[in-house]
Amino acid sequence: MGQIQKAPLLLMEDISKHFGATCALDSVDFDLERGEVHALLGENGAGKSTLIKILSGAVRPDTGTMHLEGSRYSPSSPLESRRTGISVIYQELNLAPHLSVEDNIMLGREWNTRGFLRRRKMREKVKEALSLVHHAEISLDIPVRQLSMAARQIVEIARALLEKAKILVMDEPTSSLSGEDSQRLFEIIKRLKSQDVGIIYISHFLEEVQQVADRFTVLRDGKKVGTGKMEETSLDRVIQMMVGGEVRQMFPRVEHQAGKLYLEATKLKGKKMSAEVDLDLRRGEILGVAGLVGSGRTEFLRTIFGLDALESGFVKIGPEKEVLSGDIRQRIKKGLGFLSEDRQGEGVALSLSISDNLTLSYFSPYVRFGFLRVKQQRQAGWDWIERLRIKAQGPKQPVLSLSGGNQQKVALARLLHQKADVFLLDEPTRGIDIVSKSQIYEWMGELAADGKAILFVSSYFPELLGVCDRIAVFHRGQLVEVRPAAEWNDESLLSAATTGRTSEVPT
Amino acid sequence: MKEERRGSKRIRVLVNILGPFLGLLLVILIFSLLPQVQDRFLRLGNFKSVATQSVIVALGALGMTFVIISGGIDLSVASNIALSSCVIAFAINAGLPPWLGLLAGILTGGLIGLINGALITSLRLVPFIVTLGMLGIARGVAKWMAGNQKIDAPITWVNELMARSPQPSWLLMAPGVWLMILLAVVMVVVLRFMVFGRHVFAIGSNEATARLCGIRTKRTKIIIYSLAGLFCGLSGVMEFSRLTVGDPTVAVGLELDIIASVVIGGGSLNGGQGSILGSMIGVFIMAFLRNGCTMMGWPNYIQEIIIGFIIVVAVSLDQIRYRREA
Repeated sequence: MGQIQKAPLLLMEDISKHFGATCALDSVDFDLERGEVHALLGENGAGKSTLIKILSGAVRPDTGTMHLEGSRYSPSSPLESRRTGISVIYQELNLAPHLSVEDNIMLGREWNTRGFLRRRKMREKVKEALSLVHHAEISLDIPVRQLSMAARQIVEIARALLEKAKILVMDEPTSSLSGEDSQRLFEIIKRLKSQDVGIIYISHFLEEVQQVADRFTVLRDGKKVGTGKMEETSLDRVIQMMVGGEVRQMFPRVEHQAGKLYLEATKLKGKKMSAEVDLDLRRGEILGVAGLVGSGRTEFLRTIFGLDALESGFVKIGPEKEVLSGDIRQRIKKGLGFLSEDRQGEGVALSLSISDNLTLSYFSPYVRFGFLRVKQQRQAGWDWIERLRIKAQGPKQPVLSLSGGNQQKVALARLLHQKADVFLLDEPTRGIDIVSKSQIYEWMGELAADGKAILFVSSYFPELLGVCDRIAVFHRGQLVEVRPAAEWNDESLLSAATTGRTSEVPT
Repeated sequence: MKEERRGSKRIRVLVNILGPFLGLLLVILIFSLLPQVQDRFLRLGNFKSVATQSVIVALGALGMTFVIISGGIDLSVASNIALSSCVIAFAINAGLPPWLGLLAGILTGGLIGLINGALITSLRLVPFIVTLGMLGIARGVAKWMAGNQKIDAPITWVNELMARSPQPSWLLMAPGVWLMILLAVVMVVVLRFMVFGRHVFAIGSNEATARLCGIRTKRTKIIIYSLAGLFCGLSGVMEFSRLTVGDPTVAVGLELDIIASVVIGGGSLNGGQGSILGSMIGVFIMAFLRNGCTMMGWPNYIQEIIIGFIIVVAVSLDQIRYRREA
């Protein structure tokens, strides 16, 4: 008995996996203790997801062994791994949107007598699970699609707990959460730790990882680069390990100067906005827009671009202060460019090729008498692949097969290609790797230096502080305040975004 | 390096079309090897009659290809064909010049498509529901117009369009077959080399992205359904030409043949995928199967079972290939 207790919760040794000619994992070791949060870090394509897939039985390793609580573990299917106590919560949550909270939590494990559900028993159990994560207030009967992303995540965690999970794998759990909700999630993680659950935590947000993880392991190109205690290691060191010296600076500064007033929103209120917003933007300026998810910042951008209907107010653009009107096509001609926060759902058309995605908003250079000049269009694809260093085989490759960072580059290239003057960027760096992030920051600087005007929405305060000239904060649909970036810091941004009040300007 | 990549790309495109094409060759080969039908099946005359029989489905499939690539579906096509065939019969019977009747038939089809498109975009209903409703409405209107029987019409040059041995004889095949080939080529060009075609693919691949890129998605969709309707109208004219009467009960269930042709040819019901050439091959796979089975004297139900199998096999082969690529 004592011996079993001493064995680590999970031990993965010498795990290798090849997919065809590419080596996804090369003799990787990984271990996890009870009540520990172990961060798994690395760029996209470093092998994190392959390792998790092996752990969850979705993929079988070529070599290597796994031990769970000291006994040999080799799952043949995700179902088996779930039964053994390993729960994976994926970035895209695995919930049935039309079913109720209760039905979702019990899905696949409904208690029944000869096929008839034992509702009362199940309800008790579900309530118990929700109170374990201290969220008993979530109603059992509302359909999951009506819940916020944060609440959905809690439902997933409750489901995992009900399965008596010993190991919980969280894949980018905070990427769709606001700062406040993330903090709540960290509270839950603490409670899980005290219940001896081992947690494997995957995230691109290193500040968060620092806050929540006890240990970390960095993978790069399928190899384990290092492992260590979180508190003993600086973030710079971790980044160094992840990128192998590719990124010298996270936020490269490109000198730029704010010029003339270019975009002016006056008492702007879209159908989906809850308050009027006044905001102006200059040429050569990067204006950050901070706020929690649902604070109205996305709706503000979409209203300017014409994706959401206007209710009152107006936007003036350009030196002639022309009032923006008309449909999206006309606004694109006026020089507006919009990057969606929902990359796969809206930002890019996955099954279309790179060159189609690139030129979709601005076809006219490739059209003569209604006919497409395919060669020129393809050439444009090659040009932008080279200019933005997009990792792709060629312009005819479907965007589907690119990594997240490279998909985002294609979406961004579209705005550059359509010769936008005003860039409305909604979460441009969400869920992409550090190298791509840093490149995107650099381009934003270059665009500003080139006299473009940039609105940059983000939930991630460090990047706003790192690249913006001014930052505006939204709270519950209201614009709280706009200040030069130098006069904000992490705490003041957080407090303005969560409470709607601004602290005194530090002097 | 670049050339090499483009080369392999080209091969893949070839394979995409080759799949259905090999299927077609296989069907022809099998019947050519069966001793019972071999000599009758392989005759030029037989190929001509298969081509003529395919015209009605093929015209419908041309429009359906656009609808399916855009991520939609049109269940009303067969009813639309029947209605259009009644309209042309009615018009000619009423003493209108044949060309005017022909125009009326085609435009009726276009109008039905326009209504489909307008309802789908303005009421934001799914195409399945709108066109399912239209399936009943168009069929009902056709029966009403025809007084629940066939509409007789005097024989005119319109009936020559589907004649198996056309005049003048240098035409070799019915004018309808030539028209089908011509329109197929035109549609290949529209789909692959015109802006409209790109927009159709973009809407089917991701409508939100298309909207965000400034594509007028509503207008494009209305055009797509109208185009499909026009093709049905023309198909209805061909149906009338073949039958020499307007029959409101004709082409029942034909929408499934038309959809199946597009799907066998690589069209995806999720949108964003499909090709004119593929759909045409799909049409001919089904036509040759029917033709061969009939020659073998196999009962109708055998044909139905075989075609059912082919649909499932074709689509699953397509899926396997798609997954491997992704």
